[in-house]
Amino acid sequence: MTTQAAELVRPKPATASARLVEFLTRSPVHIVLIIVALVWLVPSVGLLVTSFRPRPDIASSGWWETLSTLNFTLDNYDEVLSGADMGSSFINSLFISIPATLIPLFIGALAAFAFSWINFPFRDTIFLAIVALMVVPIQMSLVPMLKLFQSLGENVFGDRTFITGSFAGIWLAHAAFALPFCIFLLRNFFITLPRDLIEAARVDGASNFRIFWKVILPLSVPALASFAIFQFLWVWNDLLMSLVFVQEPDLLPMTVRISQVQSTYGVEWHLLSAGSFVLMAVPLIVFFSLQRFFVQGLLAGSVK
Amino acid sequence: MLFIAPAVILLLALLVYPVIWTIRLSFDTGRGLEPREWVGLENYTTLFTEDRRFLNLEEFPPEGALVNNLLWLVLYTSLCLALGLLIAVLATRVRYEALIKAIIFVPMAISAVAVGLIWKFVYSPDPDIGVLNALRGGLGLDPLPYLGREDTVNYSIIFAYVWASAGFAMVVLSAALKGISQEIIEAARTDGASEWAIFRRIQLPLLALPISVVTVWLMINVIKLFDIIYIMTAGGPNGKSQVIAYMMYDQTFQGGKGGYGSAIAVVMLLLIIPIMFFNIKRFRSQAIQG
Repeated sequence: MTTQAAELVRPKPATASARLVEFLTRSPVHIVLIIVALVWLVPSVGLLVTSFRPRPDIASSGWWETLSTLNFTLDNYDEVLSGADMGSSFINSLFISIPATLIPLFIGALAAFAFSWINFPFRDTIFLAIVALMVVPIQMSLVPMLKLFQSLGENVFGDRTFITGSFAGIWLAHAAFALPFCIFLLRNFFITLPRDLIEAARVDGASNFRIFWKVILPLSVPALASFAIFQFLWVWNDLLMSLVFVQEPDLLPMTVRISQVQSTYGVEWHLLSAGSFVLMAVPLIVFFSLQRFFVQGLLAGSVK
Repeated sequence: MLFIAPAVILLLALLVYPVIWTIRLSFDTGRGLEPREWVGLENYTTLFTEDRRFLNLEEFPPEGALVNNLLWLVLYTSLCLALGLLIAVLATRVRYEALIKAIIFVPMAISAVAVGLIWKFVYSPDPDIGVLNALRGGLGLDPLPYLGREDTVNYSIIFAYVWASAGFAMVVLSAALKGISQEIIEAARTDGASEWAIFRRIQLPLLALPISVVTVWLMINVIKLFDIIYIMTAGGPNGKSQVIAYMMYDQTFQGGKGGYGSAIAVVMLLLIIPIMFFNIKRFRSQAIQG
């Protein structure tokens, strides 16, 4: 079995086909898995190869034909990253995603702490009401949130586009939508922390905020990381909320910008392929470096 | 109380108040996204009885966005579950388990925008671009515009999204499979049970709970389905790949019909509530057992 695995990953060139035939006939399990793996790999490999091909080549021949010519270039990535539109939209995506992760993380953790370790009237009722808000689809809030942002901008800041023309709107919208899930996830983690530890800190005269900051947060890094990764990727990959809440063209995130490139220019595959991989790079880096937290976050997120 | 104040204020202002406002607007024409003229239930009756883009029962089989969501619900959910289960079961039998699982799971991390483009590229009608039509060409067949034909468009998008989501089903089911005691399985093997019998009689019954977790997640995904449709077809051709969430966006922001769009949003909420209710109830009973 060990040699089989090694063969699959790195077939020896000289006898590769002969070994492959032998390997394939050995077991239908391998055949099924290899077919599945190919169906999963070929689409993304095709677009990846295309992103490194010169523009005229993309139009004149299929990406599978490059294997014989090996004509590659970085021009598409250069065009994507230095182009005023796409390059800046990558930065915009970061400017949107990081605060839209940290704001609900902090506000949600504060609330989750209160729901698990501070007694106050109607505590469990309020908590359940917040959890119940997880049912609300984004579509239920799009129009009124937009209207609210516009009238807030007009009445408080004297400019109707003050919020929707900046990142503030999309930060607030994402924060509000993340909160019920964030509070639910973190509260369920916080209540598992040892009571003695929190009581001891109380006896020593620590304030609630100090307990939250010095005891709860350091002990809850795995739960905080799971939520943060889940939320960061959610925001980074989001299209719908950015379409509605980012109204200033210079501030558009990458998802929206790419969708505009495709509808405006139709089949500019050299830009779309490179753009897609720049867009994918961030989630893939997060995925491969923080895989454990990522899977935990996703599994926890299945209740959302 | 100070600790929950920021969260409660944000939720009241940006979630609770908007929900009430949207319900209110769904009984109004809502032109220009403002309350204009109270129309009672008219938006809802139009939606279910007159608007053929939403529900068309005159054709057979029925058509419309709501019917498409139903098609998605059946096909997408069952394909994701079947593929996830198949890979989870088969992968435990090979040495390259981690590799194959990573390959299937990675699309979960990427944006629906990227998924849409990856598959638009695969489905391209140009045989010098799209690998599927290149294969058809190799077999001597004419290129097929998978996303441009009314009879193939839904299946093509559904498969693209199965590709993106099956990894989730696989990870959950695989984790559950690993949780099943190896001793039970070995004991069955010693007693002469076939591999199929072990799967059917031991593993599958023990997977009932994780399968329901995944099913709920996939069903909610289907109701909220938007990004992939926006990127791949924008509801076309001829509105054939419309789904409810796309129609809500289209009617509200492209058509300026705030009331009508709000009514569609309320329908979405009403579809999600029973699923979430089932989910939360199950989680509570699980918590009690645990």
